[in-house]
Amino acid sequence: MTNSASKPIVIVGGGHNGLVSATYLAKAGHKVKVLEAREVVGGAASTTSFAEGYRVSGVAHILYALNPKVCRDLQLESMGLNPGTSIDTIALAQDGNHLTLGRNAVTGVDLSQKDIRAYTNFKKEFRSYAKALTPLMMNKPPRLKDMDRRDLSTLAKVGWKLRFGLGANSMREFLRVGGINIYDVLNEVFDDSRLKGVIAADAVLGHHMGPRTPTTVLTYLYRLWGEIHGSQSLPIGGMGKISETLAKAATKAGATIVTSAKVKRIVVDDGKVSAVELETGELIEASIVISNADAKTTFLDLVGTVELDAMFCHRIDTSRTKGNVAKLHLALNASPQFAGLSRSQLAQRLLIAPDMRYVEHAFNHAKYGEYSEQPVLEIVIPSIDDPELAPKGHHVMSISASFAPYSLKQGWENHRDRFANKIVDLIEHYAPGFSDLIVAKELLTPLDIEAQYNISGGHWHHGELTIDQSFMMRPIHGVAQYDTPIAGLFLCGAATHPGGGVTGIPGHNAAKRILAMGAGK
Amino acid sequence: MQSIEQQKTRLHDPDEVLKPTPFHERVEKHCRLRNWMSWNGYLTARVYDTLASEYFAIRSSCSVMDLTPMEKYRIIGPDALKFLNRLVVRDVSNLKPLRVTYVAWCNDEGKALDDGTIFHLRQGEYRLCSQHHQLDWLLMSSLGMDVTITEETHDVAALAVQGPTSYSVLSAAGIKGLDKLKLFGILHTELNGFKVMVSRTGYTGDLGYELWTEPVNSLMLWDAIFSVKETGLYDVRAIGLAALEMVRIEAGFIMPGDDFNTAETTIRAGHDRSPFEIGLGWAVNFDKPHFTGKKALQEEKDRPIKRRLVKLMVEGNKPPVDSFLYDKRKGRRVGTIKSQIWSPILKANLTLADIEYHKGKPPAEIWAEIYYQKELEWQVTWARCTISKDPFWSHPRRSATPPERF
Repeated sequence: MTNSASKPIVIVGGGHNGLVSATYLAKAGHKVKVLEAREVVGGAASTTSFAEGYRVSGVAHILYALNPKVCRDLQLESMGLNPGTSIDTIALAQDGNHLTLGRNAVTGVDLSQKDIRAYTNFKKEFRSYAKALTPLMMNKPPRLKDMDRRDLSTLAKVGWKLRFGLGANSMREFLRVGGINIYDVLNEVFDDSRLKGVIAADAVLGHHMGPRTPTTVLTYLYRLWGEIHGSQSLPIGGMGKISETLAKAATKAGATIVTSAKVKRIVVDDGKVSAVELETGELIEASIVISNADAKTTFLDLVGTVELDAMFCHRIDTSRTKGNVAKLHLALNASPQFAGLSRSQLAQRLLIAPDMRYVEHAFNHAKYGEYSEQPVLEIVIPSIDDPELAPKGHHVMSISASFAPYSLKQGWENHRDRFANKIVDLIEHYAPGFSDLIVAKELLTPLDIEAQYNISGGHWHHGELTIDQSFMMRPIHGVAQYDTPIAGLFLCGAATHPGGGVTGIPGHNAAKRILAMGAGK
Repeated sequence: MQSIEQQKTRLHDPDEVLKPTPFHERVEKHCRLRNWMSWNGYLTARVYDTLASEYFAIRSSCSVMDLTPMEKYRIIGPDALKFLNRLVVRDVSNLKPLRVTYVAWCNDEGKALDDGTIFHLRQGEYRLCSQHHQLDWLLMSSLGMDVTITEETHDVAALAVQGPTSYSVLSAAGIKGLDKLKLFGILHTELNGFKVMVSRTGYTGDLGYELWTEPVNSLMLWDAIFSVKETGLYDVRAIGLAALEMVRIEAGFIMPGDDFNTAETTIRAGHDRSPFEIGLGWAVNFDKPHFTGKKALQEEKDRPIKRRLVKLMVEGNKPPVDSFLYDKRKGRRVGTIKSQIWSPILKANLTLADIEYHKGKPPAEIWAEIYYQKELEWQVTWARCTISKDPFWSHPRRSATPPERF
């Protein structure tokens, strides 16, 4: 593989993973050009203004610790990376008897000692499972057929960590629960239904899954994996600030970032990448193109099926990428009052998922193409700690509402307002009088996320993180190692292993893979 | 609202196990042996009266076969040609209107799914004929392309009219313009006031035509052809699939599903076959835009071939049915016979056989172990085999234009 000095490595999409890849490759001495369709970098990790004077994180609104290796390698701290103050999760209760779930401990006035102890043990145990998977996360997923040395070493490390890191008993337990559903596991561990409800919600958030869906333990572990390195936090200035910092690092390393440059086509010539064509018609020659876009957009839209094998296209086409979460942004003219919540508690992550049956019922609707009658809500009010996001005394509220299926049976056109009102009405039960404070609102259904953020299906993770679409099968088997059937075309986004979230890991792994394959040298 | 009974009649008749073709009224009359079989779910004659007379009708006079059960797909739309060229391993970008070409297609791994013919019916309008049902694969392959694919197996009635006198018979039946029709050419014409399409194609390796019309015209077409027999000048004989099997082996044409396991139906690793392995390497063009399986086939092309379907002539007159093949008498097993016939015209055992190659070459010697019965006593014998590069049987009249008149 060669890359002449005149031809840059082109990265399609300036999402956070694209920026991470760009920085690694630029640091390694490559000429890198990042093309971002939107006016700002970051993609789903950006800050957006939804009403005059009110700003909020567009899609991803909570940071689960950018990967520390990425932070170190890219010297992000020296670039001014500020993850914000860490926050806890509060399980809202209508009677004001909330639970506060921290990294290691849970508190709540009427919580039993047994559950309090169980929570600490549970988190410790599950975090150790997540930790055992670290070698798998930070490397290209090993192929099971035709393994190379790196694949063997990854598998050996995972095996070692499972057996000797966890110990025989924990490993046995991990192998027992690894593929099953979170519903059964939580029923074994806890008594309190609020506690179970909120952990179950964490396991299914962003997915087309209910607590009883198999492999929801795995999705929970994926979420927990971020917790190994730090806590969840609300970045000051919104998620866009994180992406801006990454962009700064990329630029400093020598990469060029072009915004408002929407790529229309990845030009393929005889099975090899030859150029990238912009919507404007401009052609940028490249022998290496890295797509930060999801797999469907990359292969079916940008490359085009005619350049690829039929079954490959079919498998990409049938991968599950339909989003299930709507994002509601509210502008409030005063701080809302939740029953039993102090002001500092308002700055935490608030969850409405009173019990597991509630979450399962919310998901039931999604199975039949309906939105949840009683949605599961993840609420943050970032303006409590970051007043710059709203006019003085005013606030912004950012809500992820599950479930809001991409393919709504009756179509979203006439149902946006109804669903938004349903969410507001639900919050009203927990914060009486809150709806009178609303001065502006914006609901992003998965359809809107798809259109505004160029994500096929509007799925946060660029595709479900079920076991059949994870590891060496992400996005599908055969292209799970960041390279693709098209010579010179690579993937680096959330559609690749290990998946979505603002972690920077897919971008890191992709860059590592490209460098290992000898790109440009 | 229709009653449940009415709906049943409309959608599916549970008593109809095999579907009659539009020619059934005539086929049934001619099929005196009642030797029926299923071809793609259609009620089809295996043998009408005697196999020998049907075989010789193809080779010496004029045969008529009901071709309707062959899978047929209409492919139209702005991307039709792009779609077809991405589907098949052969370059069909230059297929002109009114021309037909033989093609094969593969899955992503470069293993053969089926073979067939593409008819460029008129500008931008194509028909793909295949041995097996392919609608799902075609639809899958059409993702992202502006193309409409319609299964028309039930909507097009077809007859194969093959043999040395087929040109004369069809001309006598009133079809004009055949003198100019070249091999793999298409002619849209009229016969007794109804539209019929004629293509100079076939599965016999001899002079022959295939006639295509709407099902409503099917009996008129059949009668027009058989009426020529009444003049007393030509024999015209309906033939079944058994006779076709004989002539297609003589002509060296392979049958997907019989001579090789199609990739779609293969479960065990290594039991599927690439075009190179079934002797269709000549139909693979790499110098064309991407097609499904291209990458895999390019990689395979650079390695020495490991096995091949070959035309194998077996000495003697004992039928080498399902015989194993060895590199010498009682030697190492190197292959198996897939299809075989006794060729009455060549007086030889002709077979298609799957042979292992070593370093890209076939074994120096090939021997067939043949089990046969003599008055119900089983015997075993060994017969030397030779690979034939060319079809066992071919005739210049297959492509002579205009064909010789009888």
